[in-house]
Amino acid sequence: MTEHTVTSYGEELRNLVRRISEMGGQAERMVAQSVQALINSDWGLAQSVVADDVLLDAAQRELDERAILVIGKRQPMAVDLREIVGAIRISNDLERIGDLAKNIAKRVIAVSEHSQPIQLVRGIEHMAELALDQLKDVLDAYADRDPARAESVRSNDEAIDAMYTSIFRELLTYMMEDPRNITPCTHLLFSAKNIERIGDHATNIAETIYYIRTGEQMPAERPKGDRTPSLTAPRPAVAGAGADATAGE
Amino acid sequence: MMENVSFASTGAHARPVDLPVKMHGRKVEVFYGQKQALHGVDLEIPERQVTALIGPSGCGKSTFLRCLNRMNDTVEGARVVGDITLDGEDIYNKNIDVVELRARVGMVFQKPNPFPKSIFENVAYGPKIHGLAKNKAHLREIVETSLKRAGLFEEVKDRLDEPGTGLSGGQQQRLCIARAIAVSPEVILMDEPCSALDPIATATVEELIDELKQNYTIVIVTHSMQQAARVSQRTAMFHLGRIVEVGPTEKMFSNPDDKRTQDYITGRFG
Repeated sequence: MTEHTVTSYGEELRNLVRRISEMGGQAERMVAQSVQALINSDWGLAQSVVADDVLLDAAQRELDERAILVIGKRQPMAVDLREIVGAIRISNDLERIGDLAKNIAKRVIAVSEHSQPIQLVRGIEHMAELALDQLKDVLDAYADRDPARAESVRSNDEAIDAMYTSIFRELLTYMMEDPRNITPCTHLLFSAKNIERIGDHATNIAETIYYIRTGEQMPAERPKGDRTPSLTAPRPAVAGAGADATAGE
Repeated sequence: MMENVSFASTGAHARPVDLPVKMHGRKVEVFYGQKQALHGVDLEIPERQVTALIGPSGCGKSTFLRCLNRMNDTVEGARVVGDITLDGEDIYNKNIDVVELRARVGMVFQKPNPFPKSIFENVAYGPKIHGLAKNKAHLREIVETSLKRAGLFEEVKDRLDEPGTGLSGGQQQRLCIARAIAVSPEVILMDEPCSALDPIATATVEELIDELKQNYTIVIVTHSMQQAARVSQRTAMFHLGRIVEVGPTEKMFSNPDDKRTQDYITGRFG
């Protein structure tokens, strides 16, 4: 795009973009580390995620202040205004992603005190991989201002939602099999929910990128994917259904 | 801002839908001697709306504005080609009385230019020469109504005999607006009416523009993008003597179609 006549204005905008990229990298790292800590019962790593969240929160507040300053000073129009409002929105989503990662990290002790079926943690690991891919894709889409890529991020969110629904069913089954599973499985369930929410924030960011680039809202939203509110507990094993129990919808 | 108004499209020659057209320029070309200042400008001015003309210096927006009440007639060597109508009537027709035209299409200039007369006389001058007042009481009524409409009456009602030039800049500009209103115009042209005013006086004039559009069609030339965005419903972007984009103001300042508009309103021109 053509440069601003006032070069310091252009520099201020680039600075906001740079900060978003940094925040994005940090949020990505926190998500990866929190899940890693959960899988490996690594309390040290979990603590470092909790500490990093303070920094991400501070970065978000600072970005807000800078963005407001640019609006006050430059009275931006059109694409510049969308760029700034977009930065405020994206930094807010990234800050929330950091909070969710921190929340997963905080559950590491509670989960690691109990032994839980290995495939459950694998399921969460796989779900986290999907969410991290989404996060990476959306940050790339931001760097390139690529509305097509942003659209594909939104449509890919469905896979995370489907995965969450399946983990939800599985965890319920384990809890019913043995009440001693309830504590760790509840924490895992919250962790899975957090990852699902991280996917939703990636979708929000995708919608913001689309708006920054085109000036229009992303068309026709797909139906929201969390179907667990309408799920009931599977029948207990005595009914012969076991882990494959069909949940009534 | 845009209530009950819909626009069909926002392309270069988009026209407003469901709004009567007050003035219409077709293929307007203006020459100053050998130099061509406008190259075939087409623009519809919707009735009782504020239309903003924006663009970099020398783009032809003021030239076009001055065509709308034939102010260019007073510029030596100026020649206007094309067609401009007011309520469907060609204003460049030789049977048109230019003095009467300028009463119907009034103008407010960049620098407030009150006559060196009293506040009362400044406003009464137009109605007097156009014979609009039946008697002294009626003339007084016209002056009072005009000052009220221009939002100035309360500030000057006790000193109508004092010179208009003694008022502050913002008050002088509102006096000039009262003077324009006094002859019951249908269209008011404003050529950067706030560029010599402080922010408070600017806000007062903008508030006034908002009220005036209930009764008058307004065309404003401004260099302030924020002002155009605030006061107008429709914006035309001029560049090198042509209109490059025209459309609803909301669209023009949030998501314009033309790159030149985008670059101009975001401060990237050049």
